[in-house]
Amino acid sequence: MTSLASVIPKLYQEYTTKTSKKLKIVDAYLLYIFLTAVIQFAYCCLVGTFPFNSFLSGFISTVSCFVLGVCLRLQVNPENKSEFQGLSAERGFADFIFAHLVLHIVVINFIG
Amino acid sequence: MPTTAETKHSNGRNKGIFNNTTGFSTLITVTVLSLAWLAGFASRLFAVIRFESIIHEFDPWFNYRSTAYMVQHGFYNFLNWFDERAWYPLGRIVGGTVYPGLMITSGTIHWILHTLNIPIHIRDICVFLAPIFSGLTAIATYLLTSELWSRGAGLFAACFIAIVPGYSSRSVAGSYDNEGIAIFALQFTYYLWLKSIKSGSIFWSICTALSYFYMVSAWGGYVFIINLIPLHVFVLLIMGRFSQRLFVSYTVFYIIGLLLSMQIPFVGFQPIRTSEHMAASGVFALLMAVGALKYLHSLNPKGQWKQLLILGGLVAAGTVFLAVVLLTYMGVIAPWSGRFYSLWDTGYAKIHIPIIASVSEHQPTTWSSFFFDLHVLVCTFPVGLWYCIKNINDERVFVALYALSAVYFAGVMVRLMLTLTPVVCVLAGIAFSILLDLVLKEDEMQTAPVETEDSKNLYDKAGKLKKRTPEPVPAADSGLGMNVRSGTLIAFMILLMLFSVHCTWATSNAYSSPSIVLASYGNDGSRKILDDFREAYGWLSQNTAEDARIMSWWDYGYQIAGMGNRTTLVDNNTWNNSHIALVGKAMASNESAAYDIMTMLDVDYVLVIFGGAIGYSGDDINKFIWMVRIAEGEHPKEIHEADYFTERGEYRVDSEASKTMLNCLMYKLSYYRYDSGGSPAGYDRTRGALPGHRGFQLTYLEEAYTTEHWLVRIYRVKKPDEFNRPRLPLAKRTIPTSNNLSKKPAYDLGPMTSKRRKGLLKNKPTLVKGKKMTKLE
Repeated sequence: MTSLASVIPKLYQEYTTKTSKKLKIVDAYLLYIFLTAVIQFAYCCLVGTFPFNSFLSGFISTVSCFVLGVCLRLQVNPENKSEFQGLSAERGFADFIFAHLVLHIVVINFIG
Repeated sequence: MPTTAETKHSNGRNKGIFNNTTGFSTLITVTVLSLAWLAGFASRLFAVIRFESIIHEFDPWFNYRSTAYMVQHGFYNFLNWFDERAWYPLGRIVGGTVYPGLMITSGTIHWILHTLNIPIHIRDICVFLAPIFSGLTAIATYLLTSELWSRGAGLFAACFIAIVPGYSSRSVAGSYDNEGIAIFALQFTYYLWLKSIKSGSIFWSICTALSYFYMVSAWGGYVFIINLIPLHVFVLLIMGRFSQRLFVSYTVFYIIGLLLSMQIPFVGFQPIRTSEHMAASGVFALLMAVGALKYLHSLNPKGQWKQLLILGGLVAAGTVFLAVVLLTYMGVIAPWSGRFYSLWDTGYAKIHIPIIASVSEHQPTTWSSFFFDLHVLVCTFPVGLWYCIKNINDERVFVALYALSAVYFAGVMVRLMLTLTPVVCVLAGIAFSILLDLVLKEDEMQTAPVETEDSKNLYDKAGKLKKRTPEPVPAADSGLGMNVRSGTLIAFMILLMLFSVHCTWATSNAYSSPSIVLASYGNDGSRKILDDFREAYGWLSQNTAEDARIMSWWDYGYQIAGMGNRTTLVDNNTWNNSHIALVGKAMASNESAAYDIMTMLDVDYVLVIFGGAIGYSGDDINKFIWMVRIAEGEHPKEIHEADYFTERGEYRVDSEASKTMLNCLMYKLSYYRYDSGGSPAGYDRTRGALPGHRGFQLTYLEEAYTTEHWLVRIYRVKKPDEFNRPRLPLAKRTIPTSNNLSKKPAYDLGPMTSKRRKGLLKNKPTLVKGKKMTKLE
């Protein structure tokens, strides 16, 4: 436990120094999406899940946005160049937009 | 695509020829694939050529009927369709209880052709849909195999799947069923999955999810995908093969696929509510946890992170597992449904769900049917599997898991042979490709161009029989060990030829019968068509009231609705077991008890299939024991299975049969007035026995129609005033009827006339009369 407590500030420091500005923007977006998901979940716990499909589409859309954001972040990160051969940052972004198109068409259909 | 193909070939054969002439190899690929398509299409047409362009069997009739409804009334009306012709008096919400992919596919084709002014009837589209899709399956299999191994193996696999009986059994022309398009969707989803896991691109994952969506819309077997892909991911995690590509492809596929699958009304919220789908979400959560830990690790690669990583992964896995178990116990997630549970415990269905066990395609597979459906492939696919495991990579882990799980499922149920067939074709294609590589390898320095050409022709040959077999042999006769090599080559060419002969034979003889039109062959080889089913259904549609209710065993429900266009009580969508049990009970009871049930269910006609005259073994007397079992499951007090057997436990219909058997409705309806079928008149050729109870009269039913060969017998249920009761004087007859009419209102309304009121008050305390009256009704 003590080692964990000491490691966290170190991690934070590493993060602030190592991460590029572009990725920080993505991280901020991810945090925002995460909070949205938490709020939706809390709302559903408090109020109830009555239009279940609406809740699901809202919640899953936030989860998907989060997942897609993480994927985008992985693909544009120059450190992962070797993992994603043949995938430029631009291609990653285009895929990201395509995925969002599909996602939101389905969500609109499902939200009822 | 060409770049990946070239790198792929570096592990295979002759590199030069492909580098020089990619156009040439593409030409060959396209030619072979289109020939495979053609061969697959042509080999599925036996039924159309021998009989006619007609929908086969049972389930296809429902699919055809709903497709025709959709084409006529439009898509939205189809989704909202409440079918009052089925499951009388309950009805069926068709739009919400059907996988609509099949209907939408053929409806779309119909719409496109009609916008192009090609006036084709929807029935022809339905008949030829499965053969056309078999070509697409061949292409999808080619793509999948070339992702796994090489394009040569892909061509082999495509040719195999085009003609293999295990697949054509479900996709001959006229067999208009979900599986016909679902196998294509299955293979294509797997191909896209491998593609996405290789590239790590979001685009391919989305394509996988979309293809998965098509699969969900088409067949309940999508559960296989949503369990196999997570299993693959999980095994890769255990093997320490986590990569960011894996993370991207799985998470995107899962979450989009989850959302898409819930768009199908029949699936609804099942993906988050039932245990069958929980493995996928568990792996999703696990992968997120592992990804997060890996990311933290990458921030600070020093320290004891390694242990923390493993520990964290284990803790995450444990938490996910416990959460799922806990939620199942709390009732949030439904436990395994009976159909899936019977996959793990093979005896389960037999004990608890007789209706599943009663279907012949749910029986365990016999060894011979493995050989019959797959022939030489079943012997060669372990070789391909061995090579895949030996040269393992991420994709080959997948195909190994696919093969192992499919082998297991195919062993449990005959029907699931269908899921095994594609992977067997893939692996056998790999095995044959490796074999040809070995056999033709050393010659490539001398006669490289000739050889590749020839070997390509061999791929061609795998799909189609005949033509130019000896050709590769002269190519192999220069070089070392040529005797061995050419010998092997010839042996395997002969095997492949035998394979294609067997495939054609099996498809033609075993799987191309429409089963609603029967053919019998005389001693001189002449063919006689027995069209009794359509005769009977045609009679129903022409001679009965528009809203007549027909009672039959559930097997014929779809056909009566599809061809006779009449209301049925139960049909092949066996969603309501107690309703089926009620029909089974009526069939298993004696005539008067059955009459009570039939009046309760408002039955107008009863239809039974009787094969005794022509020796048709799939008739109702042979299925009867399942009716008894299903009825016993719901009404254990009235129906006892043992009553229908002789004392020695035999199932027979002759004079030694049990009394219950000889007096039950099914027996009577089958043998009523029966005097055909062989030397002693009334001989039952199916059971090979003379019926034990003959020359009886029916009290509550009368024969309405019997087809030419006695195959279908239709009886009309008499109304209460038609019984052979002693004739009553007019004065006496009118009083009970007026009493009957006023009886029920009399209790409620009471004072209609002072006279009746008096009588009622007098009788009230005894209650005996009231009971008597209900019994009479």
